Amino acid sequence: MAQAMAFQCPWSFFVTADTSLLTTPLHALHLELGARMVPFAGYSMPVQYPAGLMAEHHHTRQSAGLFDVSHMGQLRLAGLDAAAAFETLMPVDVVDLGVGKQRYGLLLNDAGCILDDLMFVNRDVMNGGDIFVVVNGACKVADTAHIHARIGSRCQVMTLPEQALLALQGPLAVTALSRLVPGVEKLVFMTGGAFEWQGAALFITRSGYTGEDGFEISVHAAHAEALARGLLNQPEVQAIGLGARNSLRLEAGLCLYGQDIDTTTTPVEAGLNWALQKSRRSAGVRAGGFPGAERVLGQLDGTASLERKRVGLIALERVPVREHVMLHNAQGERVGEVTSGLLGPTANQPIAMAYVQTKYATTGTLLNAMVRGKAVPMCVSAMPFVPTRYFRGPA
Amino acid sequence: MSLKYTEDHEWIQLEGDIAVVGITHHAQDALGDVVFVDLPEVGTSLAQRDIAGVVESVKAAADVYMPVSGEVTEVNEELRSDPSLANADPLGKGWFFKVKLSAPAEVDALLDETAYTQFTAG
Repeated sequence: MAQAMAFQCPWSFFVTADTSLLTTPLHALHLELGARMVPFAGYSMPVQYPAGLMAEHHHTRQSAGLFDVSHMGQLRLAGLDAAAAFETLMPVDVVDLGVGKQRYGLLLNDAGCILDDLMFVNRDVMNGGDIFVVVNGACKVADTAHIHARIGSRCQVMTLPEQALLALQGPLAVTALSRLVPGVEKLVFMTGGAFEWQGAALFITRSGYTGEDGFEISVHAAHAEALARGLLNQPEVQAIGLGARNSLRLEAGLCLYGQDIDTTTTPVEAGLNWALQKSRRSAGVRAGGFPGAERVLGQLDGTASLERKRVGLIALERVPVREHVMLHNAQGERVGEVTSGLLGPTANQPIAMAYVQTKYATTGTLLNAMVRGKAVPMCVSAMPFVPTRYFRGPA
Repeated sequence: MSLKYTEDHEWIQLEGDIAVVGITHHAQDALGDVVFVDLPEVGTSLAQRDIAGVVESVKAAADVYMPVSGEVTEVNEELRSDPSLANADPLGKGWFFKVKLSAPAEVDALLDETAYTQFTAG
């Protein structure tokens, strides 16, 4: 089986002593916890711990999971022109984002396709603060170069390689984290603030990549392991690997950059219209003015063609349908391709994301996924596949 | 007779001219929680190293190869309905299928336990 594994698996299976890989500040802790380490985004990262992917997935949905996401890129943009400058790179409202608020953003190339997706927070950029940006690990070098090249003359662009990033996700994340860091419970979904733990400065947002309530914590590398141990000492918390991170995010309907979105997909094809605020759309107060605006806004308005759309799919048989599987219509014509797929541990059925020709993107459409030459019927379905449980404020 | 192994991480056990086939403990550990198996059709004749089935965890899929040539005489329906048997009891209740050998000499060239253990350690 070994050859097939290496070929089909998104992560290589067997640990190799690859000295060219970077490590995160939690590397020694991962090894101590018995993690299976794999190369990911140029880093040696834990794909799973001894509990295993399935148990880790369920633990996160039921309690609280700690993820090391220190491979991701953290940046600061500072200066009075930073927000306006950053807006020229994305179809997103940066200028009017309130202080302490977090938003999802998309860096676009001049064809209107996605260079990366990211999260950013206004840390009072108009009063000497900054815009705090978290980008994908595999894209961080290119993103930084792109941002420097395009807006480096308008604002300061600073990378934060000394910062680790931990995510604590799950319904009991707030219980565990507020025990160590009182006050975090006051944050609501997509907001952030500065906190302190045992003398270490933390910047914490209430957000994540699992569909659950939870937090992402930026902390200096020197304090990261102590904080991680402090969190793991809480009865609610277990360490969770990248394997469960992937199944959790797919159930939540969240895109994985490089798989579900990339430099061949526009935000409208990707169904990320919700990320394009009204102010940047046609007839908005700051309409356009981002790379590829004509194409993206045309697709949004219906004046430019929209050949394909990202959809969710649920298989009607219990056969996992993975990335690169082709989708056929009833006539046997190829009409799409799966970009992410697995048996959702909580959904308890095979789920997938795919791009399909626009006329097949309507919820309820039946398509055939061609798995090893056999047709597996799938139904175009709304996402998320598992209801999200973000904390938007006291009930 | 004791188990024989392939470098593709299948095991076989001979019962007369019938071989029981499964995946090794090492294979199930590398895959993680098995959630799906695709088994060959009974009556199919396959050559050694043909793809006979598929085993999938949440994170990965892997082909299961024929360790020896022959005709599939039985498949483990219990494994089909409860794929986690491949994790819980890979050498027992987690067997995949049975083959009537057409080239029994192939068995001699397979790895014994010591050789397989060395192979997986390397």
